[in-house]
Amino acid sequence: MSSVEPVLPAAEATPADARPADARPTEARPGGAWALLVSELTVLFRRRRTWALLLALAAIPVLIAVAVRLSSQEPTPGRGPPFLDQVTQNGLFVAFTGLIVSIPLFLPLTVGVVAGDTIAGEASLGTLRYLLVAPAGRVWLLVVKYVGAAVFCLAATLTVVTAGVLSGLALFPVGPLTLLSGDTISLGESFLRALLIAGYVTVSLLGLSMIGLFFSTLTVVPVGAMAATIVLSVVAQVLDSLPQLEWLHPWLFSHYWLDFADLLRQPVDVTSFGANALLQGGYLLVFGALAYGRFMTKDILS
Amino acid sequence: MTPPTWAAGDLAIETRALTKRFGQQTAVNAIDLAVPMGSVFGFLGPNGSGKTTSIRVMLGLAAATSGDVSLLGESMPGRLARVLPQVGALVEGPAFYPFLSGAANLRRLDTADRAAPGRTRRARVDRALDRVGLSNAAGKKVSAYSLGMKQRLGIANALLMPRRLLVLDEPTNGLDPQGTREVRALVRSLAGEGTTVFVSSHLLAEVEHMCTHAAIMSAGRLLVQGTLDELRAGESRVRVRTPDADAAIRVLAAAGLTAGLETPEVPARPGADPWVSAPLDADPQPAEALVAALVAAGVRVRGFQIDDASLEERFVALTGEGFDVVR
Repeated sequence: MSSVEPVLPAAEATPADARPADARPTEARPGGAWALLVSELTVLFRRRRTWALLLALAAIPVLIAVAVRLSSQEPTPGRGPPFLDQVTQNGLFVAFTGLIVSIPLFLPLTVGVVAGDTIAGEASLGTLRYLLVAPAGRVWLLVVKYVGAAVFCLAATLTVVTAGVLSGLALFPVGPLTLLSGDTISLGESFLRALLIAGYVTVSLLGLSMIGLFFSTLTVVPVGAMAATIVLSVVAQVLDSLPQLEWLHPWLFSHYWLDFADLLRQPVDVTSFGANALLQGGYLLVFGALAYGRFMTKDILS
Repeated sequence: MTPPTWAAGDLAIETRALTKRFGQQTAVNAIDLAVPMGSVFGFLGPNGSGKTTSIRVMLGLAAATSGDVSLLGESMPGRLARVLPQVGALVEGPAFYPFLSGAANLRRLDTADRAAPGRTRRARVDRALDRVGLSNAAGKKVSAYSLGMKQRLGIANALLMPRRLLVLDEPTNGLDPQGTREVRALVRSLAGEGTTVFVSSHLLAEVEHMCTHAAIMSAGRLLVQGTLDELRAGESRVRVRTPDADAAIRVLAAAGLTAGLETPEVPARPGADPWVSAPLDADPQPAEALVAALVAAGVRVRGFQIDDASLEERFVALTGEGFDVVR
């Protein structure tokens, strides 16, 4: 227990500069930095709010499956969201329909809440000043916060896919999957494809998360940063739907959000995956730099 | 408690012409603060005098507009990553995650300190909670804590690691008298272990009770700093309550004191005896000699007291009557 006692180098009246540099536990320990990341993820996933968001996301594919199952009328191709008509043939399509329905609003909404809260939430609680005097280091805190938001993106997407697959298994026949290209793949491979698509959607949300992190460094009102992030995701999609702004479309972070159908072809077409990843990487760099520039020089007065 | 002796010029906190402006407003105006190692240093000033802003700049939370800060001999904020693990801080009140328990909050904040070993985290958190008397509430969510409990938890957070310097901003805010006494005792025991403690307060009595040194801020300026004795208004006074004021003044004058009739701040009730008082010079006569002289001269002494030099008078003189000195 002696290492825990507040030891006092002070008593020896040594001038500060003559004291051996390693006499105090002031040096960062190897691995010491990871503790904050672990803590961040623990706190994030122990919050009731996070679970409420994930539950709301899980409800979407469940609702779709139940609605289709209870309805007397067969879904007609071309009506309703894509893949809806295939749900009755193969329950796995519940997951894909669920993603398609969640991508425009529900996923950006939950991601906006988590990403907008990253720094502003700590600032409004006042814990930001205690993290920084610990000292967490401003850059490391930004990294940790971003990783937390990115892990949430993955969790959110996996939640939709998992809830979709489970409700599909429960309510509909599930078997080898007929792809958009007409080929059929085994059930095992279909699960892999579902995970691949979850990865695609997660990557799609990384740019938005960084935008949310940046907004979060601008304010001490988390709701403001959340709302700004969510509104921006809607605006981007509106702009993406205007043919007059076609030149702008490839630059919008939401441009490839719904293009994961390419991953349901045989062989897998990764062109859109690559284009999407590149675009999201660009947003990461630009908004990461903005967040860094803002946060490094910010006076923490909350 | 024997305060460690320190080489002159060995400062735990040193600021040189530290200035912080927010737009047009100068919150901190060219302060030169010198906090000796091993001292318990009171940072006094009315609300809004720039104490918390100064602390934020010292700890690297806000950037100075101009001037320099060094903590424990290292320049800030350049050496922040090296200095701050040795500094425990309570800045502008406690702040916690309301949805986590007290212990979970401390563990969370402890992970932010890269120098803090994870191996001993639980033990250190338990010990810090124990030190501020919160062991029984460790598992309770902070949202259920009272203000005083949060304040204690904030102090516990500053004590998670062995520290060379503690910066406590208004540590007794929201505490009941018992809690206030405990904090004072805690500060004294930490100081006894050799930790330099820098306490900001707008409460004069608090500083008089626990500090060895003090500085007084007003409207962003550092008015004066030094040991408590240096800061006290120079003189103590002798006060005599008697109906024979004129005779008493004569006797005291014969003893070499310039005595005068006091004008009471609050009008005395009719028929009450007036007070006669005189500053005691550097070589004061024994009080009993003065009493004997008064009585021998037939003065009816109905009250007699020696008032020691007080910080309060000095503060009021420096900061004006608007200062909420002992409230």
